[in-house]
Amino acid sequence: MMRPDSDAQLAEAIRDASGGLAVQGGGTRGMQVAGEVLSTRGLCGISLYDPGALTMVAGAGTPLTEIEAALEAEGQMLAFEPYDLSVVTGASGASTIGGVFASNASGPRRVQVGAARDFLLGVRFVDGAGRIVKNGGRVMKNVTGYDLVKLMAGAYGTLGVLSEVSLKTLPQPEATATLEIKGLDATRAVAAMSAAMGTPYDVSAAAHLDAQGGRTFVRVEGFEDSVAYRAKALRAALHDYGAVVACDGDIWAGLRDLSVMEDAQTLWRVALRPSDAPKFLTQIRQLPDGANASAHMDWSGGRIWIGAPMASAAGLHSALQTLAAQMRGHVTLIHSAAPMDLPRFQPESVGVARLSAALRRKFDPRGILNAGLMG
Amino acid sequence: MQMPDVDPAVLASKRDLVVRLRAVLPEGAVIDDPMETRAYECDALTAYKCAPLVAILPGTTAEVSAALKICHEMGVPVVPRGAGTSLAGGALPTADSVILGVARMNDVLETDYANRLIRVQTGRTNLSVTGAVEQDGFFYAPDPSSQLACAIAGNIAMNSGGAHCLKYGVTTNNLMGVTMVMMDGEIIEIGGGYLDAGGLDLLGVICGSEGQLGVVTEATLRILPKPEGARPVLIGYDSNEVAGACVSDIIKAGVLPVAIEFMDRPCIRATEAFAKAGYPDCEALLIIEVEGSEAEIDAQLARIIEIAKRHNPVELRESKSAEESARIWLGRKSAFGAMGQINDYMCLDGTIPVSELPYVLRRIGELSDQYGLGVGNVFHAGDGNMHPLILFDANKDGDLEKCEAMGADILKLCVEVGGCLTGEHGVGVEKRDLMGHQYSDADLEAQMRIKDVFDPKWLLNSAKVFPLSASDARRGR
Ligand SMILES: Cc1cc2nc3c(=O)[nH]c(=O)nc-3n(C[C@H](O)[C@H](O)[C@H](O)COP(=O)(O)OP(=O)(O)OC[C@H]3O[C@@H](n4cnc5c(N)ncnc54)[C@H](O)[C@@H]3O)c2cc1C
Ligand SMILES: Cc1cc2nc3c(=O)[nH]c(=O)nc-3n(C[C@H](O)[C@H](O)[C@H](O)COP(=O)(O)OP(=O)(O)OC[C@H]3O[C@@H](n4cnc5c(N)ncnc54)[C@H](O)[C@@H]3O)c2cc1C
Repeated sequence: MMRPDSDAQLAEAIRDASGGLAVQGGGTRGMQVAGEVLSTRGLCGISLYDPGALTMVAGAGTPLTEIEAALEAEGQMLAFEPYDLSVVTGASGASTIGGVFASNASGPRRVQVGAARDFLLGVRFVDGAGRIVKNGGRVMKNVTGYDLVKLMAGAYGTLGVLSEVSLKTLPQPEATATLEIKGLDATRAVAAMSAAMGTPYDVSAAAHLDAQGGRTFVRVEGFEDSVAYRAKALRAALHDYGAVVACDGDIWAGLRDLSVMEDAQTLWRVALRPSDAPKFLTQIRQLPDGANASAHMDWSGGRIWIGAPMASAAGLHSALQTLAAQMRGHVTLIHSAAPMDLPRFQPESVGVARLSAALRRKFDPRGILNAGLMG
Repeated sequence: MQMPDVDPAVLASKRDLVVRLRAVLPEGAVIDDPMETRAYECDALTAYKCAPLVAILPGTTAEVSAALKICHEMGVPVVPRGAGTSLAGGALPTADSVILGVARMNDVLETDYANRLIRVQTGRTNLSVTGAVEQDGFFYAPDPSSQLACAIAGNIAMNSGGAHCLKYGVTTNNLMGVTMVMMDGEIIEIGGGYLDAGGLDLLGVICGSEGQLGVVTEATLRILPKPEGARPVLIGYDSNEVAGACVSDIIKAGVLPVAIEFMDRPCIRATEAFAKAGYPDCEALLIIEVEGSEAEIDAQLARIIEIAKRHNPVELRESKSAEESARIWLGRKSAFGAMGQINDYMCLDGTIPVSELPYVLRRIGELSDQYGLGVGNVFHAGDGNMHPLILFDANKDGDLEKCEAMGADILKLCVEVGGCLTGEHGVGVEKRDLMGHQYSDADLEAQMRIKDVFDPKWLLNSAKVFPLSASDARRGR
């Protein structure tokens, strides 16, 4: 394992590498990538935090917990709610901020405030040829040159290894209210969530749990009075969908980290137009391998988490990706208890696949960074 | 402004080019008369003008594809154009280029309220996207001041912002998908009705690529339910420092206004003389707007006012009615026009960390004295996106050059304090040669590698964004 503590060392490690490298932050993923482990954990520490400007700059290997503790002390947060899926995956490491951005990992609040990629203001990285590159900066608005920041977010380390990130923070909400409707099927649940998202009440999350008889949740956040007002207005707006009750206790951490699906041996993430989600689920359930699948919809139905036992995983995987392609969405295999030699990421159209492959060749000419992970 | 040498072979092929383009485009969509091509000689950066060889106005994605295929085969440079409101010279032609205007492509292709999105052809103006959905209670959030005229095509290419982006983000945060035609005519779809890429985030790099990667013909945009209401408060201070500190305190307190606009004394005075909005004559003026129900607005404004009062404002006006709100916004909205009344001006667009505001304003004042040119500052304070307006006289010899030199000094200052050259207007030709101040050769090289992939022959708008010395070799000239 290599563990550089500076850009220069990172560049040297990559330049001198003789074979494939498996880029690792906290390693909470147990990723099946061949090659020598290149750990980012030495690239750590918060170098700047300016709460009044809502910005922070940190080494990519900084543990997420350290970032969150610093933010907590100022009453701020990572508004996109990054996940910790270790309950499902059984991983033991500590997530790093670089890993969060490299996987563009965003949680329930994404529907209101945007994804991890929308909070990443600047990056420094070393590409596959060992070249140190910076892009973006630490200001909120920046259109100077191409936006490689977005490109690096969600590239899973295949274009370069992040050494430093600057990010936008937001104040924590003073109050939260969650409303629940019980017993809706997927179609009614998506309709209810969509109705909620279409109100002016600034809904910050909308999710539906298939299990437990069907539970649909909608969240509003902000100042105390405002939350009370909007929760009341939402209740009235959702009245047609069933009894709307207040849901006490924090349901969202469980929905975010998928502890509500902890038995899943394999886990997929589906992205669709929300209104296509019910049909997608119905068709999956009709498959022999899909009958036992568990499901949980977030983002008002725009994201579906699907869990299944290992035995049905291989069959289900291609069915999910085929169906998603028909519905013009995409599916990613996030976790499997045993290795699966399948394309984790949704196969892309010919044109997009060609562009993506060409970009990878430009940034990683030897094909050594997380080779094969994304295609 | 230096531009690449004109390719004589392309000039010589004009007749052939026009014949071939006419064969694939409808009647009237190919403009080759030098009197008429002059309509496309510049965008809103009017200091630089050059008529294109030919201008074309296709009406469909298929026509764009057919036309680009011809230009690609013949090695003719292409400059995409939306409404031509770029302040950076992004749509400035070269004499050997084809201007490809998407203005005729302005249909709404789909509205989907259940999933909160709209699909449009990109020639549609920004304001008319909201126009298509507002009767149903929705709006498209990014709102550049030019929104009546500018097209979604240019908004995507420049990743444009607006007064309300503090809360709603800029174009890239509201763009879900595009149909794009590559320089060789290939049509590709990226993104769509879902959130976030399933592979590499190509959409993220296309947005803000200034028409250099492909011609975007259709876009899927996120729409949002309209807030119940909105109201501003106007706060005057006797120093820029104090106004800056007030902004920072408001943000720290967790109130997230939809807009925090800042005007300094020269700008207030010019605006007052022009628009008579009744602004106080003070050093710095903030306009802060919040949204929600009446009660929510009252509560948020109360918090803001409490913070503002701690800094001893010289003036504080809370709007109580739509009419008062309009008056408060009147001056801000006519600021550019007002400055234009006094003089020619150049509008800069650098961003700085908000904590550097007082220092940067002071330095700009010093530069103003040093160059002997007036400067007014009006900008989006919540996110540090400055808009210094440098006043000059276009009819006076050497004034434009002096103004550009001073502009360059201000932008370098923005970079020095940790900011950037442009927050929302783009690099275009205007800031092209300053890129080396913000980025190293390796940084620029990494960006140019993206263009190598999308447009290997460097035919699309390729005299922009990168210093010519860096891109010359790639253009093969
Ligand atoms: C295919 C896939 C999809 C995922 N999707 C989600 C999701 O949608 N939501 C979610 O919460 N979690 C998702 N995860 C898990 C996500 O990786 C973790 O939430 C968390 O971000 C991991 O942090 P870590 O530091 O442990 O990273 P690791 O597990 O070490 O790495 C995660 C990924 O990022 C890369 N990486 C790590 N550090 C860097 C760096 N500095 N520079 C470049 N690349 C780096 C790794 O190579 C790996 O590909 C996904 C994981 C995978 C494999
Ligand atoms: C008075 C005034 C106020 C302004 N206020 C703001 C503001 O508040 N915020 C802000 O961000 N900007 C502002 N602008 C700048 C300008 O309006 C924006 O940059 C706008 O997005 C440009 O859109 P356009 O359609 O006019 O593009 P154009 O000027 O026609 O082109 C701009 C760029 O887009 C490229 N392009 C055009 N069409 C396509 C296409 N189909 N495919 C690919 N590339 C294409 C061009 O090549 C060029 O590089 C203002 C301008 C003016 C004149």
